[in-house]
Amino acid sequence: MYKIVVPGDFLSEDVRRAGEGTYVENGKVYAMRYGILDDKDEIRVVPLSGKYIPRRGDVLIGRVEDITFPYWVFDIASPYKGLLHVSEFPAKVEYGTMDKFLRVDDLAIVKVVNVDPTMRVELALKEEFRPPLHGGRLVEVPHTKIPRIIGRNGSMIKLLKEEGRCFIFVAKNGRIWIRGNERNVDVVAEVIMKIAEEAHTPGLTDRVTQYLQVKGGRSVRNKAY
Amino acid sequence: MSEIKLIREDGRRLDGRLPEELRPIKIEVGVLKRADGSCYFELGRNKVVAAVYGPRELHPRHAQDARRAAVRFRYNMAPFSVEERRRPGPDRRSVEISKVSREALEPVIIAEYYPRAAIDIFVEILESDAGTRTAGINAASVALADAGIPMKGLVSAVAVGKVDGQIVLDLMSEEDQYGEMDMPVAMVTRTNTITLLQMDGRVTMEEFDRALDLAIAGCRRIYELQRKALIEKYSESRAEEGGV
Repeated sequence: MYKIVVPGDFLSEDVRRAGEGTYVENGKVYAMRYGILDDKDEIRVVPLSGKYIPRRGDVLIGRVEDITFPYWVFDIASPYKGLLHVSEFPAKVEYGTMDKFLRVDDLAIVKVVNVDPTMRVELALKEEFRPPLHGGRLVEVPHTKIPRIIGRNGSMIKLLKEEGRCFIFVAKNGRIWIRGNERNVDVVAEVIMKIAEEAHTPGLTDRVTQYLQVKGGRSVRNKAY
Repeated sequence: MSEIKLIREDGRRLDGRLPEELRPIKIEVGVLKRADGSCYFELGRNKVVAAVYGPRELHPRHAQDARRAAVRFRYNMAPFSVEERRRPGPDRRSVEISKVSREALEPVIIAEYYPRAAIDIFVEILESDAGTRTAGINAASVALADAGIPMKGLVSAVAVGKVDGQIVLDLMSEEDQYGEMDMPVAMVTRTNTITLLQMDGRVTMEEFDRALDLAIAGCRRIYELQRKALIEKYSESRAEEGGV
């Protein structure tokens, strides 16, 4: 069962196992965050809340917020902005023509290539997805719920994709892009919000399966209208 | 000294409490939907709500610190929080309380994790009955944890004082007004670090020591309640499981 810990809770004397969400003081491991204790090999505290902080390698969905040559400034659902340099764009981009390629409010799937100590975030584009993203729907959930939406070994997201009959892209910063038939997108978006709300409850996968089957049946029946 | 009796014949206080007794406490976590973290805190007749936003982008930019997040704290009393209407807006007293409260919480916040950002704490006093700054610190500490801010521990706070020659815990309004001494204390219970200590009045060194011990004991009790409230937030919603 889950064990909830609070900042300052004593966790262990084994300093070598101290992991994320913990800190060491006088040879003891304490919780640094309010969250769920994961005490398998490493002692970690998985936070229940908090803002997304970019890390190298993360794949995100960003929204262009500003254009200042030679960077597109992305809102990445974080206290920090992401910068995409024109040289990362797979075309020759001249000064003054940046908005021909990506405009303010456009969405793009980006990858964090570097974060410096002052939290300057450099981005690159993911080759598989030509920016900007067209069509589909963007859903935002707290980034702490993303692991639950993916599920153990991707079980939940697999279920959503198959039963929901949509293309779903889940990004680390809590943004989820869904593309497909309008009605299916409605169902998937609704289910995702539910998962985020009930992320800490057990037996979620079973309930999602059930729900998707009921909803799936209804959407077929209602096809006429 | 005064004609007003604050301690009854039977040794109890005006509201029937023993000298080392706290007022009833109620803590609710996550009461505000739009804040990143929040807490409603009741200490007797004090009603306080704390909201935490952040880490978020800090404006103006010249206030940014490239090494850590700036912690900002705003203590504010509602106009209706006291018997006589309080003129809205910051005054000398609330500016001071905001400063000392921020300094009471800063030692536990690991601000180095969020360079250039801001962590904003708002404490609103809805109803006041002495001891609002300690109630505000207690609420803010829980709200910070709820917001997922990395911290070394929770901060707990309580006031002690001297009333009718006796050292008592957690003064209420009458005791604060007509008592001989008032001393709010905030501490990190895990490390026994005192992060706020103010005093108003006159006591002997022995009385001070006794008062401080009493405050520390009070903080420990409040800490247990703060911790319990945070843990309950998630066990509760687990109980009322609905269909997806």
